[in-house]
Amino acid sequence: MAVVSREAQVSRAPIVRVSVNRILLWVVGLGVAALVVWRIAGTAARGLYGPDIWIMQTLNGLVQGSMYALVALGYTMVYGILLMINFAHGEIFMIGAMAGYFVLNGFHQSGLLASDPVLALLLTFVVGMGVPPIVGVLLERIAYRPLRRAPRLVPLICAIGASFFLQQAVRLLFGIRTKVYPTVAVLSGSWTVNVGGRDLRIQHMSALIIVITIILMVALYLLVRKTKIGKAMRAVAEDKEAAALMGIDVDWVIMITFAIGSALAGAAGVMWGLWYKQVIHTVGFIPGIKAFTSAVLGGIGNIPGAMMGGLFLGFVEAIAPTALDISTQLKDVISFGLLVIVLIFRPSGILGEVLSGKKA
Amino acid sequence: MKLLSVVRAGIRNGLIVGAVAVFIVLIGMVQTFAKRYLVSDLTLSTVILVAFGLAAGALAAQQVSRNTTQLGSKVLAAAVSGLITGVMLALLLLVVSQVPLRDVLVNATPEMVAALSFGLPLSGAALLLIGLSVVMAVLAVLYGLLPSRVRRALLEGIMAVTLIGIFWEAIVGLDVSRLVMKFLGVKAGKVLPLPAGLGLLILVSLVTYVWRAHPQSNVTVRRTGEGLRRYVSLVLIAGALIALPFAVGLFWSQTLTTIGLFTLMGLGLNIVVGMAGLLDLGYVAFYAIGAYAMALFSSPASSLHIGLPFWVALPIALLFAAISGILLGIPVLRLRGDYLAIVTLGFGEIIRILALSDVLKPYIGGPQGIMETPSPFFFGIQMNDPRYLYYLILAACLVVVFLSLRLNDSRIGRAWIAVREDEDVAQAMGINLVAAKLMAFAIGASFAGVGGAIFAARQGAIFPMDFTLFVSINVLCLIIIGGIGSIPGVITGAFFLIGLPEVLREVDEYRILAYGAGLVIMMLVRPEGLIPSARRRLELHEAEDQGELAAYTVS
Repeated sequence: MAVVSREAQVSRAPIVRVSVNRILLWVVGLGVAALVVWRIAGTAARGLYGPDIWIMQTLNGLVQGSMYALVALGYTMVYGILLMINFAHGEIFMIGAMAGYFVLNGFHQSGLLASDPVLALLLTFVVGMGVPPIVGVLLERIAYRPLRRAPRLVPLICAIGASFFLQQAVRLLFGIRTKVYPTVAVLSGSWTVNVGGRDLRIQHMSALIIVITIILMVALYLLVRKTKIGKAMRAVAEDKEAAALMGIDVDWVIMITFAIGSALAGAAGVMWGLWYKQVIHTVGFIPGIKAFTSAVLGGIGNIPGAMMGGLFLGFVEAIAPTALDISTQLKDVISFGLLVIVLIFRPSGILGEVLSGKKA
Repeated sequence: MKLLSVVRAGIRNGLIVGAVAVFIVLIGMVQTFAKRYLVSDLTLSTVILVAFGLAAGALAAQQVSRNTTQLGSKVLAAAVSGLITGVMLALLLLVVSQVPLRDVLVNATPEMVAALSFGLPLSGAALLLIGLSVVMAVLAVLYGLLPSRVRRALLEGIMAVTLIGIFWEAIVGLDVSRLVMKFLGVKAGKVLPLPAGLGLLILVSLVTYVWRAHPQSNVTVRRTGEGLRRYVSLVLIAGALIALPFAVGLFWSQTLTTIGLFTLMGLGLNIVVGMAGLLDLGYVAFYAIGAYAMALFSSPASSLHIGLPFWVALPIALLFAAISGILLGIPVLRLRGDYLAIVTLGFGEIIRILALSDVLKPYIGGPQGIMETPSPFFFGIQMNDPRYLYYLILAACLVVVFLSLRLNDSRIGRAWIAVREDEDVAQAMGINLVAAKLMAFAIGASFAGVGGAIFAARQGAIFPMDFTLFVSINVLCLIIIGGIGSIPGVITGAFFLIGLPEVLREVDEYRILAYGAGLVIMMLVRPEGLIPSARRRLELHEAEDQGELAAYTVS
């Protein structure tokens, strides 16, 4: 009798411990949620900010979120196919921003930006989206392809190395100086809207960024859903070997995936330069992690999820410091905290399937 | 037909090496090293240019030799490859000297032109670059023809001269060398003189050549005198470690303490990454927590105003780091390897942002950090001299090495390795995953915490700027290049990765670039590291060995 009960205890012990751990986590989670609700209620009760501020912050969040979403698409597409985090994707974004700077600055000096701003901007986007795919495809060919069958930490460490290599290569080639995007006269104006008796200014630039993002997302959606290469990409993401047996050139599809992801990141880089004006070789690091967070938020491997996740993160970042009434210095802490919380409580993301746990 | 494929191989390799060469020139390496002399008038930038040709030749010859053993085709491929590389460099020289590229490429300066043209007029310099490249490429093939014993002897001779040439200024500057030179009544310049360089080359090559002639005798000696030899070498190493700070002088002692701190962190991360397989990119957080705990509790100027002595604050710092390790560990327990990496990276950044922010400024000083952290007292001696601190760090390193060795063979160590290999199987074997992972985080974090605490005491003041992501990457780099899971690997890694940039100041500019490239190359070529642990090597090359085995059984 005594022996049996002791055995039962022994076999049960680990289960009990794990569940205590989970209960503890849930208690912490609820505590955080309660704190957030309390802070928001406090801010709302005091009525510090009028509706114009909230609309303004929402718009800023949408602009910021558009850029995160475009970068997040690259993470999510590569993860969907290779099940690896392309850590260097943030640097690809930075390269897009740099390429855009050199082109736009060239047009600024030659006068094309003043005489024909539409053509100049179009060409800037073309180059900003054209250079990153070259780097992205080379990166895949040199650093990732030989490691496809390696233990899973090996490609990740390789990607981290590649990330620092690209960042430093840009610093050494193009200098450590901060690059300032020239002002585009057509886009520097704003519309004024009257909200609740106060003037709300909506910058032309924010409209441009949101419109371009929508165009690119629709184009990507059509590409993935309606074209042959899109079908091949979905097939490879589903099952590489079966896709190869069906006559799909898997290497080619992976290359195209990297190219598309890099082009989208490059577009986001040019937008970043136009919006924040300043770019430097380290500009890709934090947005890279934020975009990864967006991809996780939306459910990694899921394309509409990455779009939603990016917009959501941008929105949270813009609203949270105001809503919680805390310093904007802690903006990054909020997004990293959000990443940790999502990974713990809903690793599948808002729309996705569980990949962060055991699968693969 | 065959000739065509040989030429094609040459062109292909030439283009690849040429592209790498152009990149290296454009990041400014050649002009940076134009003032660093190796032997007499030979500069490091000349060595770099020569190396391009050698690489072009060797790679082309290697590729061709897979299909043929003919000397002619090897030489042809190498010559073509060298020609292409040389032409690319020459074109770069002409373009940079004629077109103003400085607005975009910051290193395309007259200094670059000067470094590439050896003081010759442009056309002559272009021809010289091409000629040099072709000759070196062919020489690389001829070198491959030598008997392996001669090849090895020459290689070791050249390596010895290169190392001593690079470090000459440092070696001459050591306290010991000053004493020896005074005793001998000689004076040494800043550059290794040519006769000495040649003498060294011949000496080392000859010694290697003769040594390799009797590999058997070497083994027998080791067998007969195993116990005594080990004892003697241990005593010698101990003596060298104790005498080191007074032999090398103040500056190098300071460098040695830095190397020691990174060794501490490396050994800690080695437990988390190497043994338990948890890729922690926010390792600097624990270093920061250790440093801040030490500063808070020991500095009279901190917000706590306690001013505890170092030896009391040290265990507190260790405890803080270990607890934060567990606190980080709990939420990330269930995450897969790559997610864990990103979350820990975020954690490291959160700690740094919090340290910088205004929110915690009243407690830990924000960007101004915490000043007046006292240095430790040891039996009444204030250890503010790096030479004394060296002993403190040495002692800490020895304790940590001992712990690592014991952990490696212990029950928990084997549990970590099981968890790393397969969590489900490990759990089925009765390993408590939660306990094993939390233990790894806690022990790894406490090593870093001790490192941070000693760092705070050494610096006397700490700032959030000391705890950037680069520290984490630095530590990760040294354990990966040294060899994950291998204790000698970590120590060697720390010596090279931390020590070399201190010696060669010019390298500092390219440090992070080289770390990045190093990580990529190591992962592609030798994922087990330079000095791998036996177990890790077996794991990573299991597939190849099985392949070879299969090949044998088939034949």
